Amino acid sequence: MTSPSPTRHSWYEESARGRLAHLLDPGSFTEFLGPERREFSPHLGLFNLPHQLDDGIIVGTGRLDGRPVLVAAQEGRFMGGAIGEVHGAKLTGLLRAARQMKRDVVILFDTGGVRLQEANAGELAISEIIRATLDARAEGVRVVGLLGGRAGCYGGGSLIAGCCSALVISEQGRLSVSGPEVIETNKGVEEFDSRDRALVWRTMGGKHRYLIGGVDLFVDDDVAAFRAGAVAALERPATLDQAVLTAEQARLERRLARFGDAADGTEVWARLGVAHPAGVPDLDTSAFLTIATRKREGADAAR
Amino acid sequence: MENLRYELSTTKPAGGTRAVGLVGVVASGNLEVLLERGEAPDRCVIDIATPAHGFAALWQAVTADFAVRMAAGGLRITINDGGARPDTVALRLAQGVHLMEKPE
Repeated sequence: MTSPSPTRHSWYEESARGRLAHLLDPGSFTEFLGPERREFSPHLGLFNLPHQLDDGIIVGTGRLDGRPVLVAAQEGRFMGGAIGEVHGAKLTGLLRAARQMKRDVVILFDTGGVRLQEANAGELAISEIIRATLDARAEGVRVVGLLGGRAGCYGGGSLIAGCCSALVISEQGRLSVSGPEVIETNKGVEEFDSRDRALVWRTMGGKHRYLIGGVDLFVDDDVAAFRAGAVAALERPATLDQAVLTAEQARLERRLARFGDAADGTEVWARLGVAHPAGVPDLDTSAFLTIATRKREGADAAR
Repeated sequence: MENLRYELSTTKPAGGTRAVGLVGVVASGNLEVLLERGEAPDRCVIDIATPAHGFAALWQAVTADFAVRMAAGGLRITINDGGARPDTVALRLAQGVHLMEKPE
C-alpha cells in the first residue's frame, strides 16, 4: 500500500475527475448531476466571477475493488475547492442517499472551506453536510475521507473530515480548521508565518496529522496508493455510538493535555518519543512509517 | 461577465458517439469546455462566458481557426473561461474534440 510504485502518478497534481478515474474500478463511475445539467452557482455571476458547470464537485456512484460506493470529489483548482450553496447541496444529497441506500461513501477532499462569496449559504451547507454525515454514520454507513489535494482540507471542510469514519492522508495533504493565512491575519506573523511552507507542513501536513492521531492511514502521493488506502479504510469499523464518542472525547482531552502548549510540530514529535524530530519532514514514506507505527499517538478505535 | 456566441460553418462532422464531454477546469489561466451534440453536421455553436472584457476579436479568431482545422460539425460547445490564453483555448478545444471521438 505504501511502497512507492515504479509508475507513480501524483494524486496531488491530478484533477478531481482524474482522481476519480484512478480511484474507482475502470468504467464503473456514473455521475449524478453532471456538468451538462448546468447546476452551477447562482451567486458567482453577481460578483462577475465565472462559474463552473459542476460547481467544483463531482458526485456519483461507482465500484471500488468490486464494492459499490458513493463518491464525491472536490476540484481544488476551482475557487480553492470552496463550498458554496450548490456544491454543498450536491454533497448533502449524496450523503442522504448513502443513508437510505446503506452504501459507504468516499469523499475526495480538496477545499479551503466555505466559499466567501456565498458565505451564509456555504456555512448552512456545511452544517447540512455534517448532519447528513452523522445521520448516515448512525445507520452504519462508512464515510471515508481522502486528503491529498492542492487546496488541502481547511475550514468547514476540516470539520466535515473530522466527522468521517476514517481518513487517509499523504504527506502533501494538509488538514486544519484555520489555514495559514487566516492564523497570520488574526494572530500576527509572530504567531504564524504563512509564507513559511515548512512550518505549514510541520503543523498541518500529512505526517504531523498521522503522528498526532488525527488521521488513520498515511499513503504516498500516488493514485494507486490512495486507492489501496481507500479500500483499507472501508474495512475499518463503522460503529458510531456513545462508547465511541466517549473514548474519542477522552483521547482528545489527553492529546490537549499532552501537546496543548507545544509551539511547533517538532516539539510534539519529540514528546511522542521520536528520536530525531527535525529529520521527520525529510523521511521517505517507509522510513517515516517505521517510526510512526511505533511512536504515533494511538488513534485507538475511537473514530 | 462577457457572453459571446459564435455560430460557425464546418466542413467535417465530429467523430465518435459520446454524448457529452468535459475538459479543463475554471481556474486562473485555464477554462472548462463542455461539448454536446445536437447541431446540424455542418455547424458548430460555441457559447463563451469570460470575465475578461474586450477580447471578442481574439475569441472570434481562435474559434474560427478551430472550426476550420478540427472535425467539430454538429457540436454545441460551452466555455467557462478563467482568463485562459488563446493557445490554451485552442488546445482545450482540440482536446475536447478528441475526447468526443473516444468511446465512453
